[in-house]
Amino acid sequence: MNALAAAGAVVQVAGVLVGAPFVVGGMRQVRARLEGRSGGGIGQPWRDLRKQLRKQQLRPDGTTVVFRVAPAVAAGSALLIAAIIPLVTLGSPLDSSADLFGVVGLLFLGTVALTLAGLDTGTAFGGMGSSREITIAALVEPTILLAVFALSLPGHSANLAAIVSATLADPAQVLTLGSVLAFVALVIVIVAETGRLPVDNPSTHLELTMIHEAMILEYSGPRLALVEWASGMRLTVLLALLANLFLPWGIAGADPSVLGVLIGTVAVAAKVVVLAVVLAVAEVFIAKLRLFRVPELLAGSFLLALLAVTASSFLASAR
Amino acid sequence: MTWIGAIRRAGRIVEPAPSAPSDRMAPPAGVTGSLQLRHVDCGSCNGCEIEIAGAFSAVYDAERFGARLVASPRHADGILATGVVTRNMHDPLLNTLAAVPQPRVVIAVGDCAVDGGVFRDGYGVVGSVADVVPVDVEVPGCPPTPAQIVAALRSVTGR
Amino acid sequence: MSTTAGRGALVSGGSTTAVGAAGLVLGLSSIFGGGVHLRIGWLLPLVGVRFDVDPLGGLLIALTGAVAVVVGVYAVGYARHEHWSVLTLVLLPTFVAAMILVPAAGTVTTFLLCWELMAAASLALVLADHRRAAVRSAGIVYAVMTQLGFVAILVALVVLSAAGGADDFATLATRGGAVASGTRTAVFLLTVIGFGSKAGLLPLHAWLPRAHPEAPSPVSALMSASMVTMGIYGIIRIDLQILGPGPTWWGLTLMAVGAMSAVFGVLQASVATDLKRLLAYSTTENMGLVTVALGAAALLSASGAPTIAAIAITAALVHLVGHAAFKALGFLAAGSVLASSGLRDLDRLGGLVRSMPVTTAMFGISALGASGLPLGAGFVGEWLLLQSLIHAPTQGDPMVALAMPLAVGAVALTTGVGIATMVKAFGVGFLARPRSTQAADAHEMSRGMAVGMGLAAASAAVLAVAPGVLGPVVQRVLAVLPAVGGDTAGPHLGAMLRLPGIPGSMSPGVIAVALVLAVIVAVGLGRWGRSRRPAPADVPLWACGADELSPRMQYTATSYAEPLQRVFDDVLRPDTDIEVSHFAESRYLIAKVTYRNRVEDPIERGLYAPVVRAVGAVAERVRRAHNGSVHLYLAYGALGLLVVLLVVR
Ligand code: SF4
Repeated sequence: MNALAAAGAVVQVAGVLVGAPFVVGGMRQVRARLEGRSGGGIGQPWRDLRKQLRKQQLRPDGTTVVFRVAPAVAAGSALLIAAIIPLVTLGSPLDSSADLFGVVGLLFLGTVALTLAGLDTGTAFGGMGSSREITIAALVEPTILLAVFALSLPGHSANLAAIVSATLADPAQVLTLGSVLAFVALVIVIVAETGRLPVDNPSTHLELTMIHEAMILEYSGPRLALVEWASGMRLTVLLALLANLFLPWGIAGADPSVLGVLIGTVAVAAKVVVLAVVLAVAEVFIAKLRLFRVPELLAGSFLLALLAVTASSFLASAR
Repeated sequence: MTWIGAIRRAGRIVEPAPSAPSDRMAPPAGVTGSLQLRHVDCGSCNGCEIEIAGAFSAVYDAERFGARLVASPRHADGILATGVVTRNMHDPLLNTLAAVPQPRVVIAVGDCAVDGGVFRDGYGVVGSVADVVPVDVEVPGCPPTPAQIVAALRSVTGR
Repeated sequence: MSTTAGRGALVSGGSTTAVGAAGLVLGLSSIFGGGVHLRIGWLLPLVGVRFDVDPLGGLLIALTGAVAVVVGVYAVGYARHEHWSVLTLVLLPTFVAAMILVPAAGTVTTFLLCWELMAAASLALVLADHRRAAVRSAGIVYAVMTQLGFVAILVALVVLSAAGGADDFATLATRGGAVASGTRTAVFLLTVIGFGSKAGLLPLHAWLPRAHPEAPSPVSALMSASMVTMGIYGIIRIDLQILGPGPTWWGLTLMAVGAMSAVFGVLQASVATDLKRLLAYSTTENMGLVTVALGAAALLSASGAPTIAAIAITAALVHLVGHAAFKALGFLAAGSVLASSGLRDLDRLGGLVRSMPVTTAMFGISALGASGLPLGAGFVGEWLLLQSLIHAPTQGDPMVALAMPLAVGAVALTTGVGIATMVKAFGVGFLARPRSTQAADAHEMSRGMAVGMGLAAASAAVLAVAPGVLGPVVQRVLAVLPAVGGDTAGPHLGAMLRLPGIPGSMSPGVIAVALVLAVIVAVGLGRWGRSRRPAPADVPLWACGADELSPRMQYTATSYAEPLQRVFDDVLRPDTDIEVSHFAESRYLIAKVTYRNRVEDPIERGLYAPVVRAVGAVAERVRRAHNGSVHLYLAYGALGLLVVLLVVR
């Protein structure tokens, strides 16, 4: 760890902060183009954010401190994840303080904050969204932990820098059974946790079909801006993490040079753009699942993950 | 892959944007190109709804000017009101407007919303939207065309 | 009356705290000083009573002592409010003393004596409110199961001490390996049954979700935080220390029992609507996780990976301590709610955050711990457990290679559903708006209860952000557990958690500080553009245009858990009824829809009910033999004498 590595971590946080709305805007733009529309442009989420930040703060009756701090907790946890994980450089000063389990925990801390806020309003839709979100989270967490298991096998560590270094040292392992499984599981987790098709429809107007949106119906103005920002940052961070766990090339080492940080930044940005475009294109081809089919998808992915991890561990022991 | 074929065949559906309307108001909160609206049907015949759907469709694509319909008035910068205000919808209209954070706009779409239209003298009618809440933008027509609606939205978003 | 009640509560709570403090001192001094040895020859004929406290016992004593200090302070306020009887007041410190003596016992006889004292005291305390039928039925279930468990332990320990030729644990530990393998197996199975039932492990958990909710809340806290850990202590002492290292299947058995308990417990908790029942099932869940860790330790040391085994046993110890902190706090907070509103039913609670802000904050800390998320007291234990499972060397032993991923799956499922459970308990019970008048009229209880909860919350917070405080303790305890890798360099618990031989580390403290900073940054982001904002305003809730939302429109605990219940339909087997009554005029006009949903314990229904029925049928037969006729009884006597004479002839 040196000053440049720390600077790399700062670049990560700043990049996620600034870039997240563009990622969301870009995905909407891709979708618009494929639907034959011209779309609002990739800067649209930023315009919406700036406007929300200048709007009046409404305090719905009976909401408490939980409702007030939840957006900041969700955004803060996403920022912290951006500081920990290896996006630009392997040498984040926080890397040794949290491994992948810690990162998953922080992710769910943000989810829990918003689900509690949904309940705190005491409205029917708030409770409904919260109940659905937490059900999905409860089924996503096991899958993600199994994916962590699969990922930490090659590097003998759950620390992110160690996992990424192991992949850099031995690229062939990306194609092993456990690794492919972890990739699929992580994609499903990202789709579910960021509320995208086919689990949730981010652009729905119908309360009864909502999951994430229903929880945040009561937010307005600056707090809404934070919630939207946080969900954009979660998406960005997760896409970047996915990219670097499986295709880490370009990332700066633990002791980077200025050029290394620059290359790392460009590399991770390019990877996120590609992944976001792929995800957006894929979304055009799928419809939202009926709510009670979603647990089947998630439970199925959990069982598949379990099967694959067990099989690969068993095969490894036979060798 | 029929879907890919469909996407390729359709290409760009959206019509080229006409020049921006000249009489604009200051955009809400001073940010151009961002307008979220909550739609309130105060008692319309649903003709206006169909045209609004047209305005946000792939052909007119109001979204490219920064306008978007949202589910919660808390997320909105104003309301898009259609139809005459009936007795049953009088209070909900007021409640919805009260739920929108300041600064906010009210856009009345269709003759009914503007001045009562053909239903003006109905027994269950309170009046036009302007009789109940202050209206910032009026879109006349029975129903107004999507192009008119888009033009009205652009006069607010400033794009 | 009230002053005497107050004095009684003060004396009882005070002496509980004093006993607890003494236990804490004794425990810590025997961990860090030399062991404590005490022999009282006259107390028990022939063998006498003997206490030897080693670091393992010391940990359990210190744990119980700390819980008792907290509970004692809390009980001063609670007992006064609830007008406890003299018997209950006396029994509370007695129960604590008995629990402290159990891990102090140095011989089999002393252990059995203390164990029975603990069981009897807790039973009498469960029955404190015996006027309610639910309490009496819970008491009967508890009495039967705890005594059956005692029988298993009694037989196991007597067999063990006969086979080992000694009464004291220290000698037995040196001879444990020499016991014949059949005897070892029998002792292992019997102790897992006996101690497992005390720890609330499947399938002998049924007393726990009945007795814990019905006992007075300070007693529930003691039972859930301390007494169940005695079951774990028994397994560690007898199966891992004295008999260990056992064959591979011991570890696998423990892991299987633990994993099933964890998953089953958390699923039952996730659909429970009774706050204390939910916490009780969560105890089963957490003891299951601890047992998985014990099993992993046994399995790994049997398959030649002592360093990883040491991580697993550390996970078990750390999680025991963390669980004690957050579960005691949870039961105390639930007790405050119960005392204030008379409600345990989450479907009727809500809105306590405004009327009981302190209690709400306390329960929040407890729920965060129970959910296993970072910044919670349960995080470090679960993290260590997962680390020991994923880093188990899979090369060579296919059993290990199969067991570890399955265990990770079970633990992962448990933590996932556990998060949902705790969000439900906290969000539905304490946030939102009150769902009944009792909940609306709730108010904060006495200062003493708040102080008691505050102490528990402080220790939970310390364990969450600075688990390093446990480092030296765990190190000493590991030293007396060589059979499960205790003689290797265990994981380093400091400001940074490090694992031996595994690159990778974790620092809950740094995460906590960094998260606070990140949240401050986020708050700062939210202030951007503040100068241009109109002044904030208070508005009614958005009711989709309608005038008002009634609290009855909120989600309840039942509806909140309904999606989960659907997903785990096959395990939970809910009993759901929908009755639709129509108007006479037309069957398309619905007059009323009644929806009833009950989730019972399927194990209780499937396993216990037939046994109880069979016992009942046998008893019915036997009853015919004694019909009250004196002549018949005299005839039995004569017959019996005859038989005896014939036999001894
Ligand atoms: S303006 Fe015309 S189309 Fe619109 S609601 Fe009125 S009658 Fe219907």
